[in-house]
Amino acid sequence: MTIDTTPKQSWWQRFAHPGEFTRITRPWITPLAVLTGLFFLAGLWFAFFNSPADYQMGDTVRIMYIHVPNAWLSQFVYVVMTGSAIGTLVWRHPMADVSMKVAAPLGATFTTLALFTGSLWGRPTWGTYWEWDGRMTSTLVLLFIYLGIIALWRAFDDQLRAARVVAVFTLVGAINIPIIKFSVDWWNTLHQPASVFRPDGPTMPPSILTPLFLMFFAFSLLFSVLQLKGIHTEIKRRRIATIERQLVLGAAKAVTP
Amino acid sequence: MIELGQHAAFIVWSYAGVALAIGALIAWTTLSARRADRRLAELERLRGRARG
Repeated sequence: MTIDTTPKQSWWQRFAHPGEFTRITRPWITPLAVLTGLFFLAGLWFAFFNSPADYQMGDTVRIMYIHVPNAWLSQFVYVVMTGSAIGTLVWRHPMADVSMKVAAPLGATFTTLALFTGSLWGRPTWGTYWEWDGRMTSTLVLLFIYLGIIALWRAFDDQLRAARVVAVFTLVGAINIPIIKFSVDWWNTLHQPASVFRPDGPTMPPSILTPLFLMFFAFSLLFSVLQLKGIHTEIKRRRIATIERQLVLGAAKAVTP
Repeated sequence: MIELGQHAAFIVWSYAGVALAIGALIAWTTLSARRADRRLAELERLRGRARG
């Protein structure tokens, strides 16, 4: 086989090589970070200076511009982790478990922020910080699942073995995502049903949808930047562990008579 | 700055909490990356010396 007859690697195969993945994606980080900053600036400007108070919620509608993106990411990050878990178990893709590991603390943070902003919005609007309704309870369960996954990663020295255990746990926990999504339809709840992504279009006016979408993209882009940067760092950490093992083995051989 | 109404404290606390958490997340990601870079460079040097 010559260089001309060697079959070309697909992007999937190229991304499977940690070095190649880092080489391809490293230049994306700065433009993505700049774009994230611009979306945040525009979103905050609309949220505070160019959007009206809601006729029912009043000014607390402005909390929605940070609550909804965090709530969306709390579930989306878990979907990313579920995809990565399938990649780990089915295709043994080397980058899948790295992505799964990096996403967990990010998902836990977004879930905590969704609960935090939700309860601060709930107090003036519903008269309570917390209510054990389907959506809030299942989101709290999601936070515990994230924390469990983070603890599982830390419980294993061998990260490849940990990946398989965490992947199975992640897939089992994925049942919670449709429960969160449809909880507002299945049970009596204080939460309103879906009002943005509906077959007949959003029920909100453009003046509220504009800051909501800008912040939605800002937070989603922020996740992609942190996820990419985290993957690069995790690749380096694994390389560090490999070199440390090689150095220890080398030193052991040197002292063995 | 616009008038945030009678529930201004809830709005300000929400944004402050999110800003703090996101700031911490960015700092943690950046510092972890720098720490890994430093350690990797140090180990590469050690390995180079070990190989002679």
